[in-house]
Amino acid sequence: MFNDLKPALRLEMTESLRARWFMLYALVFGGIVALLFAFGLTESRVLGFIGLSRLLVTYIQLVMAILPVFVLISTVRSVAGDREAGVFEYLLSLPVSLSGWFWGKLLGRFLMVFAPVFIAMFGAALWALISDIEIPWNIFLYYTGLLASLSWCFLGIAILISVLSRSADVAQGIAFMVWLVLLLFLDLILLGVMIQEQIPAEMAVSIALFNPLQTFRTAALMLFDPQLIVLGPAAFVLFDLFGTLGYQVFALLYPAAIGSLCALFAYRSFRKGDLL
Amino acid sequence: MLELKQLSKHFRKNRVLDAIDLSVANGERIALIGSNGAGKTTLIRCLLGEYVHEGSVLIQGLDPRLERARVLREVGFVPQLPPPLRMSVHELLRFTSELTDTPVAAMTAIAARLGLDLARVEHLPFAKLSGGQKQKVLIALALGRPCALLILDEPAANLDPEARHAFFDLLAEQTAARAITLLISSHRLDEVAPLVNRVVEMDMGRIVLDDRVADSTALDGKLTVRIVLSRAEEVIARALGQWGLSADATSLVWEGIIASPDRLRFIGMLSRYVGLIRRVAIEEQS
Repeated sequence: MFNDLKPALRLEMTESLRARWFMLYALVFGGIVALLFAFGLTESRVLGFIGLSRLLVTYIQLVMAILPVFVLISTVRSVAGDREAGVFEYLLSLPVSLSGWFWGKLLGRFLMVFAPVFIAMFGAALWALISDIEIPWNIFLYYTGLLASLSWCFLGIAILISVLSRSADVAQGIAFMVWLVLLLFLDLILLGVMIQEQIPAEMAVSIALFNPLQTFRTAALMLFDPQLIVLGPAAFVLFDLFGTLGYQVFALLYPAAIGSLCALFAYRSFRKGDLL
Repeated sequence: MLELKQLSKHFRKNRVLDAIDLSVANGERIALIGSNGAGKTTLIRCLLGEYVHEGSVLIQGLDPRLERARVLREVGFVPQLPPPLRMSVHELLRFTSELTDTPVAAMTAIAARLGLDLARVEHLPFAKLSGGQKQKVLIALALGRPCALLILDEPAANLDPEARHAFFDLLAEQTAARAITLLISSHRLDEVAPLVNRVVEMDMGRIVLDDRVADSTALDGKLTVRIVLSRAEEVIARALGQWGLSADATSLVWEGIIASPDRLRFIGMLSRYVGLIRRVAIEEQS
């Protein structure tokens, strides 16, 4: 498997580098950091956040809004699109093991999805270092882990949708619906409304707990806002339940586990069904 | 080499392959013919282990679904439609070379025989090449490595006569050197008849004809051609020129050499200008 994994991984990375989605994706995250600096975000203070912390918390919120939909749509389009266009027919006629091909492609895409998000954040840290702005390294490192976990989560979901869908259009539609549902069940949006309508608290907390977007958002903000003013009611219960460290660990592992489970299920379906 | 037993394939309620039994010995050259929708492509995809199916497919005694890397190391495949790969030609060569343990130089040499200098195009995305160039690259990747089975889907459709000539020579060399089994798919028998010694025709997912044909046409054979025209016309001059024939001073007498397996295709081309042709002589070179 490992002999085949390397060529498949490299192939996915070089293919992504040539793809328009990747250029746009890299430009968006690089552009966000540049704009945040340009607007002097490190100079401002909101809810006690200042310096690079202020920039990081804004960046992470924007990433949460953009990264999942970008990863979902671009991945399902390229995988299902390649299958429709006959790319798989040819490349899978070469003597590559299915495990090497599948995991090589997945890991290659993970690196390409994660790299721009991380590099943009790392660039911000470097700039802060040069500009003598204090860098909260603990937050930086934790955010790196969170971003990796979120990227893997949505990549796993995207690859599962791609494998199960028979056309690129269907896959894209499903991917968009998944993103929309997760977005609507964020604590402060639909969940807030549900709580207002007095649904059982356990249900609201469970939804918040199982929504990887909410997990990400809660974990990203709890480092700054111990009172959880900006988080929402369900997150407050969760925080109370887990404690800071417990929730931080959960928020790192849970999305990664969803991504891994989806990827494993996708691999199983890929192996057992028609490859084209 | 190939053993298909009760091979069936459904897409929902649509039965695309219907209980196919086929046995192919080493070194056989088979034309797989049939109209669009006959099941040729589905059959090929089953051979490549790309579809799940009922019945069994064995290549050299191995199941391509279960032992795909081992089986496909012995199988060279040229698809009818080149895939729209974004990767560069260099990356494609490297990828294939790594998976097949074949030096890139071997594939480059085959491409050169087909008239394609890979050094000049290797930096280009594969998808940006012309149809003929793509086909040459794919043929080079398939013939440049040691295979026991070559599966070719309309392999010469995009090639010019010169490249077709070189392609037939290459096939002749490879089949002479090793007992390579050829499976050439086409919807027209006349396109592939000179290349094969067995014809398998499919219709509605079934084999409706399985016939041995006289193996009289050597793949590397040459034919001397002499055409006398009743009058000089630019259209036929261009067509004959593309086949590598040259004219005398009057532009009425054309002579040259064509590949023996290309005879039907050449005659087909001539038939379009039958009103301009006074005499045709085609002789096998000894």
